[in-house]
Amino acid sequence: MKIAIASGKGGTGKTFFSVNLAHSLDRELLLLDCDVEEPNVNLFLKGELVEQRDSTLLVPQVDLDLCDGCRVCADFCQFNAIAVIRGVPLIFEDLCHGCGGCTLFCPQKAMDDTPHKIGVISHYHKGKISLIEGRLDVGKALAVPVIRDVKGDKEVAKHPLVILDAPPGTSCPVVWSLSGCDLAILVTEGTPFGLHDLKLAVETVREVGIPFGVVVNRDGLGDERVVTYCQEENIPVVGKIPNDREIATLYAQGKIVVDELPHYRALFTQIWENIASLAKGGRYERVQ
Amino acid sequence: MKGSNKLEELVILSGKGGTGKTTLTSAFAALSDSLVLADCDVDAADLHLILNPTIVKREPFVEGNEAIVDPKLCTGCGYSANFCRFDAFRKEDDGTYSIDTIRCEGCGVCVRLCPASAIKFEERHCGHWMVSKTRFGTLVHAHLQAAGENSGKLVTLVRKEARKIALEEGKKLLLVDGPPGIGCPVISSVTGADKVVLVTEPSLSGLHDLERVSRLAANFEIPVYVCVNKADIAPKLTKEIEKSVKESDNKFVGTIPYDEALVQAQIKGLSPMEYLSAAGRNHIEKLWENIWETN
Amino acid sequence: MRVAFTAGGESLDSPFDNRFGRAEKFIIYDTESDTFEVLDNTQNLQAVQGAGVQSAQHIIDSKVDELVTGNLGPKAAKIIFAAGILVYQAKAETVSEALAMYKSKAIKPLKEPTVEEHWV
Repeated sequence: MKIAIASGKGGTGKTFFSVNLAHSLDRELLLLDCDVEEPNVNLFLKGELVEQRDSTLLVPQVDLDLCDGCRVCADFCQFNAIAVIRGVPLIFEDLCHGCGGCTLFCPQKAMDDTPHKIGVISHYHKGKISLIEGRLDVGKALAVPVIRDVKGDKEVAKHPLVILDAPPGTSCPVVWSLSGCDLAILVTEGTPFGLHDLKLAVETVREVGIPFGVVVNRDGLGDERVVTYCQEENIPVVGKIPNDREIATLYAQGKIVVDELPHYRALFTQIWENIASLAKGGRYERVQ
Repeated sequence: MKGSNKLEELVILSGKGGTGKTTLTSAFAALSDSLVLADCDVDAADLHLILNPTIVKREPFVEGNEAIVDPKLCTGCGYSANFCRFDAFRKEDDGTYSIDTIRCEGCGVCVRLCPASAIKFEERHCGHWMVSKTRFGTLVHAHLQAAGENSGKLVTLVRKEARKIALEEGKKLLLVDGPPGIGCPVISSVTGADKVVLVTEPSLSGLHDLERVSRLAANFEIPVYVCVNKADIAPKLTKEIEKSVKESDNKFVGTIPYDEALVQAQIKGLSPMEYLSAAGRNHIEKLWENIWETN
Repeated sequence: MRVAFTAGGESLDSPFDNRFGRAEKFIIYDTESDTFEVLDNTQNLQAVQGAGVQSAQHIIDSKVDELVTGNLGPKAAKIIFAAGILVYQAKAETVSEALAMYKSKAIKPLKEPTVEEHWV
């Protein structure tokens, strides 16, 4: 079972929820950190690094002996990644999206695809929790290929339970993170901003077409508008986490709340049962 | 802002989301009597929830291209689909193919390859931008469609339009609610601005963001004014942030305590300055004065 | 000598554009005949990225010998330097002001890009 934790924008407690959910379940599981521009899961997990490799994108390389400077490649490239100066192609790897068009259409067959590093994939381990983290190199623009590498890692198929921390927002990287998951959990809070951002997230998950539920974080802050919206839209609310300064304080220090405060472990276990039954398409006890 | 008649552009950034960037923007909006606002947090634009804008102009935003299969011409040969590096092709029940617009990167490889010339390459409609009237001044804002890519171009467009209006209206301040993160859109939001205000939280990620945003702003030689929201949640970390800011070229302008009245203001659709008690307002007024005092 | 100026309009009185990649027009001044032509640079208006690269290609293809602009990013600089075009950095309000600076040799050629990536 693959469950994605997402939110319409950052700062709603998405990573907090993923990490604490993982710790509350006393079982083997795999976490995927797909928030590759800001991978924070291991700041909290503090797992041991077991393996690391590069994440790469196939970009063109020119064989100048074969190139006749015809410019077909530069004219084709939609991303302005190639310029031709005095008959010599100049390639800007940072702008390349790796579509392969230039290599494919080069009349002289002078171009070749070569791997170009855009990020790092790291495997961490702590107790029963494994983590695969994708980290985009600073200054690189393409998050999706790194996310693809995280989700495509051979470890993923070996784990019966995978919890995926998606990037915030509604853009392409979010869609790539969510697609193929069995269920998405959208983390929000009961404020006007929270509701507005939740609606954007709902629009995105519906576009991807997977079932989803909502977790209300910092419950008590704000009002009932999120719950009312969920009822109107028939969206299950699988859990509510109270607005508790103690949580904020522990989290700010990088601590795992369910390990420090046992009553939250019980709450997360309950939320997990709701999520599991939602994933099976079954009924679950509605959260009060 | 005192004295000078030149238009000043102030951009509010936060690094990670949820630190109170938009709330502070709406507070500052109430404190200035001569401004134009730009909401550059186009992925999750929230400022309008407080400003209750009346839209006076709405324009589409077009960026890049997307490939679209004409089902009438598609023979279902699947040739182009084999070359798509973005896994965007879907086989339909009738044997033709379609392209998932969310996955399509707009590279044009399939368009060129299709033996039946059944794939069109069309402009991608990514969202729209708007000019609105609000009780604090004119607001330029935008909406990006789900799965739309915020490459920074929309941010640039919103800022440019807002600047134009500010100059036309003879306003003194252009107040920009910036995008989260430190990527392309953020870079687009600070280039050429006069001041950056960074709203952070006393947490590990807050510290981390502070470093990254400062480095970014230093590249552009823009002064950074740092304030810590929810400062009393972790007083030790707040001190640490204050100390590190004071050791740098940036300026520490103050703190805002954790205050649920800020959320209540949001629920009522009000700027904090229209809702908080005098004591609550005082924290924000002080920040505001400290930002301008160094002029 | 053909010298390109980044411009916001089609005459010498038009504003001098500080940006290279996203400049709307290039005014190409011929120092021998004291005449100029206007080169449109809006082909990349819709470009998702790489405006600097495309603009650089554009002025190279227009057989320009020298360039006067406000700022130049690293990618455009790489192309322009590789093409052997001399770049002058100017701070001016109008194109004619920048032209005067160029003619009076008040500005010096650049050896490296003036700004980081994504200066738009």
